[in-house]
Amino acid sequence: MGRYILKRVGLMLLTLWIIITLTFLLMHSIPGDPLANMARKLPEQIQQNYYQRYGLDKPVVVQYGIFMKNLITKGDLGESLVYPGRSVTETISKNSKVSGRLGIQALAMGVTIGITLGIIAALNRNRWPDFLVMFIAILGVSIPLFIIAALLQYFFTAKLELLPTTGWGKFKHTILPSIAMCFGSIATYARYMRSNVLEIVNQDYILTAKAKGVSEFNIIRKHIFRNAILPALTILGPQIAGIFTGAFVIERIFGIPGLGFYYINSINDRDYTMIIGTTVFFASLFIISQLVVDILYGVVDPRIRVSKNSR
Amino acid sequence: METAFRPVAVENKEKEVIARESVSYWKDAWRRLKTNKVAIVAIFILATIVIMTIIGPSISGHDYKEINSSMINQRPSVEHWFGTDALGRDIFSRVWQGGRISMIIGLTGALIATVVGSIYGSIAAYFGGRVDTIMMRIVEILISLPYLILVILISIILDSRSIGTMLLALTLAGWCGIARLVRGQMLQLKQQEFIMAAEALGVKPWKIIVKHLIPNCLGIIIVAISFDVPGYIFAEAFLSYIGLGIQPPGTSWGALASAAQQTFIFHPYQLFFPALMIGLTMLSFTLLGDGLRDALDPKLRQ
Repeated sequence: MGRYILKRVGLMLLTLWIIITLTFLLMHSIPGDPLANMARKLPEQIQQNYYQRYGLDKPVVVQYGIFMKNLITKGDLGESLVYPGRSVTETISKNSKVSGRLGIQALAMGVTIGITLGIIAALNRNRWPDFLVMFIAILGVSIPLFIIAALLQYFFTAKLELLPTTGWGKFKHTILPSIAMCFGSIATYARYMRSNVLEIVNQDYILTAKAKGVSEFNIIRKHIFRNAILPALTILGPQIAGIFTGAFVIERIFGIPGLGFYYINSINDRDYTMIIGTTVFFASLFIISQLVVDILYGVVDPRIRVSKNSR
Repeated sequence: METAFRPVAVENKEKEVIARESVSYWKDAWRRLKTNKVAIVAIFILATIVIMTIIGPSISGHDYKEINSSMINQRPSVEHWFGTDALGRDIFSRVWQGGRISMIIGLTGALIATVVGSIYGSIAAYFGGRVDTIMMRIVEILISLPYLILVILISIILDSRSIGTMLLALTLAGWCGIARLVRGQMLQLKQQEFIMAAEALGVKPWKIIVKHLIPNCLGIIIVAISFDVPGYIFAEAFLSYIGLGIQPPGTSWGALASAAQQTFIFHPYQLFFPALMIGLTMLSFTLLGDGLRDALDPKLRQ
């Protein structure tokens, strides 16, 4: 297990380095420089001062070296090009709290509701709860996020006037965005859990438990649930990724001042340092969360651990 | 006694005549698919949508770019079947024109990714050893990058919003999944006798890949395509939504939906039609994919 983790961490660091380098070099290979638009109208001397201030007068390789050094030693990602004085690292750490809260809430909701629905569907196979859950699951995978968000806003705000459309700060602001964000997770988890449970129900140990007279509830809780939940961990990785990308759209629709919101803004502003910084941050978080899920899976399921050791 | 047992007058040659046409793999798959009602309905819906995206923009009598300031935000009527948008443009024409773009991106995206992925995967699987290790490591790294962030990055860098550059951005990392899939299948095929026979006969590696390995993977590749198409349509809608997609006056389902989403509370019908088309297309491709998987790979059937 230790060797496996070590190998995975090594691979992760390599991947991280590649994406940082790639992002940096690609962003600097765009024809024209990031300041070109703004500096065109300024006098020569001021232009040069600007370039010097952001270190853009040096060759790209030197800039890359400085960028990497600052990133590794100080965790510094530079300064926004559009809003002078705004540090990229600070902006990220401030806004990621908002996104993080929303994301975790959505993920928790998606996983819980999805797993519950999946189990209900499987235990009521081919009866109306099953059809209802499968209908929701199909909707969840075939309708884009922003349409679901619009529908939620329409029904809960415009028609029922229960919840606010946009804004941030109170718990009520997080309800609709979380639902919209976790809709995909609910769908995937419901489908996945349903097929898992259906497989487990036919196993011999369930029959044994029934024969011993274990109550229905305990069979579900101790035998079905525990065994069905394990494989569900494997698809947690893609779900986290989905929540990440969901944030871009959802935060914009609901006017939430999170990282996704600022990322889209910095893309529209062509704020290069912000784009590089946020991309690097998103990518790292994404890669680390994948790794954690993978390792967690090895820790939780002894069968995998054994097979990895014997190899 | 002699008359009780007479030899039946059948020539040896006649015995060997094949009574029925032989059933090929594809015919068999088609026969299985035909019995799957859901898949047939999905094919029917998809065919209708494709035909409408071809003829749709020209049958309503309004050009999709035609701005009419006296007909702003009209509800669906006899004149404008799906209503008009904020600039008085006919939504019926726009939905099908947008569908054309979305479909082109979905289908060509999936096709490009499949071709690249299949070739990459088969090369890795066929040569094996160190080539395989290096090639698969590259795929592993590419897959671990967040896909949409990569697409956003490439779109920013290419900075042109034509279909071509969008396809490039979407497929640049999109082929990895298929490469893995094809490699896995090929590793199994490689062990089989007919490949050994071809190698013994001195057939060149390239020809073995193209003539023997890829045709045998075609089943899973086709299934992968039908599951991939909705992914590309989704990604296109996402890009258009955040402003990196198709630019006006061009349009796509994603662009239409994102434009309508802002005024959705006042004009719900503007969102309804593009959303319905996206939903129907996604759903049909997913259901068709399920059907194809059952038909093409009997082993996977439960």
